[in-house]
Amino acid sequence: MTHPFSRRTAAVALAAGLVLAGAAGCSSGSGGGEGSTTLRVTLANHVWTDEIKAAIPDFEASSGLTIELTQLGEDQLSAQYNTKLNAGTDEIDVMMYRPLQEGKLFAGNGWLADLGDRVESNAEWDWSDFQPGPVEATTVDGTITGVPIITEREVLYYRTDLLAEVGLSVPTTMEELEAAAKAIHEAHPEIAGFVARTNVSAAVTQFSSFLYSYGGDWVDSSGKASVDTPEAIAAYEMYSGLLHDYGPENLSTDMSWPDAMAVFTQGNAAFYTEADSLYKNATDTTESKVYDKVGFAPLPAGPAGSKPYNIPSWALGVNAASENADNAWKFIEWATSKEMSMTIQQEGVPSARTSVWDDPEGIATYPADLAEAIAVSAENGVGHDRPVVVRVAEAREIVGMPIVVGITGGDVAAEAAKAQTSFESFLESDA
Amino acid sequence: MPSAVSSHTSTAPTASTAERLSRWVNRHRMWVFAAPAMAFVTVLIVFPLVWTLYLSVTDSAGSVSRAKNFVGAENYTSVLTDTERFWPAVGRTAYFTIGALVLELIFGMLIALLLWKPFKGEKWVRIAVILPLVATPVAIGMMWRLIFDPNIGFANYLLSQIGLGPYPWLASETMALPTLIFVDVWQWTPMVVLILLAGLTSLPEEPHEAAKVDGASGWKQFWWVTLPMLMPTAIAAVLLRAIDALKTFDILYATKGKGGGSFHEVETLNVYAYGLSFDYFDYGTASTVLILFFIIIMLIVALLTTRRKVAS
Repeated sequence: MTHPFSRRTAAVALAAGLVLAGAAGCSSGSGGGEGSTTLRVTLANHVWTDEIKAAIPDFEASSGLTIELTQLGEDQLSAQYNTKLNAGTDEIDVMMYRPLQEGKLFAGNGWLADLGDRVESNAEWDWSDFQPGPVEATTVDGTITGVPIITEREVLYYRTDLLAEVGLSVPTTMEELEAAAKAIHEAHPEIAGFVARTNVSAAVTQFSSFLYSYGGDWVDSSGKASVDTPEAIAAYEMYSGLLHDYGPENLSTDMSWPDAMAVFTQGNAAFYTEADSLYKNATDTTESKVYDKVGFAPLPAGPAGSKPYNIPSWALGVNAASENADNAWKFIEWATSKEMSMTIQQEGVPSARTSVWDDPEGIATYPADLAEAIAVSAENGVGHDRPVVVRVAEAREIVGMPIVVGITGGDVAAEAAKAQTSFESFLESDA
Repeated sequence: MPSAVSSHTSTAPTASTAERLSRWVNRHRMWVFAAPAMAFVTVLIVFPLVWTLYLSVTDSAGSVSRAKNFVGAENYTSVLTDTERFWPAVGRTAYFTIGALVLELIFGMLIALLLWKPFKGEKWVRIAVILPLVATPVAIGMMWRLIFDPNIGFANYLLSQIGLGPYPWLASETMALPTLIFVDVWQWTPMVVLILLAGLTSLPEEPHEAAKVDGASGWKQFWWVTLPMLMPTAIAAVLLRAIDALKTFDILYATKGKGGGSFHEVETLNVYAYGLSFDYFDYGTASTVLILFFIIIMLIVALLTTRRKVAS
């Protein structure tokens, strides 16, 4: 035995190493026990988040809590929830999520805590102040799973200068929209008459308002698929036809809102239908080349009138596995308070609180025509902008196909019939 | 033998227990030294594989902790008969891999031969050649997406200078995948160059000199002397690149997004499996696709390694 020490050390180190490796594998990483003062908040990239972030130091000072903020893009956020919550993590306390995209699924998975008692606990915070539509969207099977923070409606963005040049007034019907897009595109071939989202999935929400305005919906009153009705086909043809005939040159079917918005803000399109909550991108004096030439109008009416969606795009929920739920609720209460809602709405992010909309202060910072368009849309609005199902992503790809086929000049009616068959069998399997 | 001293009764191991432990370790050193590696393999390779295999025979969806039913081979039959998404994805994966691989080998060989013999400024050329290799794939995806923008991209601007274009590139259903093969070739040819160059430098001089003395032309030297000797290295390069190309995800997702574009035009098996789990939350089907993908990769690796043994 020449080196007893080194051999022994090696053995002990090995054993220790194995034990540690095992422990690391088993540890669930429960860092914050009941009432930990560190609160882990996961938010999406959004103007709303920027405003909240700026105000967090105030909240930390008044509550004595430390906020650990994770901020992610939409898709990364979704992937993050998928991986972490699947593993039953308690490392997320407050979660920003999309009620219409993931709400049903997350609630079904048991990932969202029941907030029923909490929302009623503070009369001053006032749950009844939240608009009924958004509240319905964050309530799953009678359980309140989230507090809506951002609402949006589809409106028409347009270029005041181009419209004036061709001597037309702001379109109030789909036919007028098409005529105006055509006139401007003919006068300026390099400028698109119309732009909107073109990606199969991203376009679905913006197309939904066209669908409703033509008198259609994803499903009929008995819950059966209805994407090949004459109304639906007419709507598909209008949306995709506008893009195919008067859209940007070399149009790709990859455009989500940042791409479509860029076309508009670079001055390359006359009309653009998009969510009102994104209007700051178009009126921003540094980012937008057309900030002083942007007008807003309610969505032009189809045969069934002007029926844009009016939905809560984001909500705050509490991770059901969080061990810090009380503090998580404190944060939500603060972030969705009347004062914060007012401040954030004045920065351009539409709130879900009735009082904020009723107060003239709430829309004082908005362009007057936008405020008017929002008011009209809120009145006629439909409460969903995509099929109301559990597997939303899959459904969007099915009902979006006729849009992209139309954009590329294909047979919309045939594709709608195909989509109908797929959507029917999808609905049967969607539990 | 004295009665055993149980180690847990004392806080520090006594000399005799330590002695015994060390003897035990010595006797079983084969296992002890392999243990960390075995633990690593079990935790990081065997467990995920077995778990995926398990999920692939269930109808797991929504959340993996939800109740799931055993469905046997149902997922496999539905995936293997799926001509809408699965088989086209297999076709695209093969097209992308073979296309990228062939071009990378040809260009890689040409560049490696150029760099083989010393020349002035060789160092700078080598640095320039490996630059694409060190860039982040997602950043590369974003960069080429801008370059290939049909309206404001640099590619069409450049081509318009010589009277060509404009081409839709990534925006076109048919051109998107070839365009991405080009990007992959741009990024990964340097790696093939490095591997082949290492192989070339290690080749003995004598056969070349003998061939030269015998009056063989440059091409004949390459074809009959250099290439056969380089074969094992070339197959190693093919193996590495083939596995990588089969699994390509980042540039596809960064340029075309979810589902490989609206018409799934660049949806390879990897992109499809990702969409199934992260967009559709359909873990059963996703696991099935991954297991099938795994089998395909293993078959290709087996094929290439036997080829390599034959070559060497």
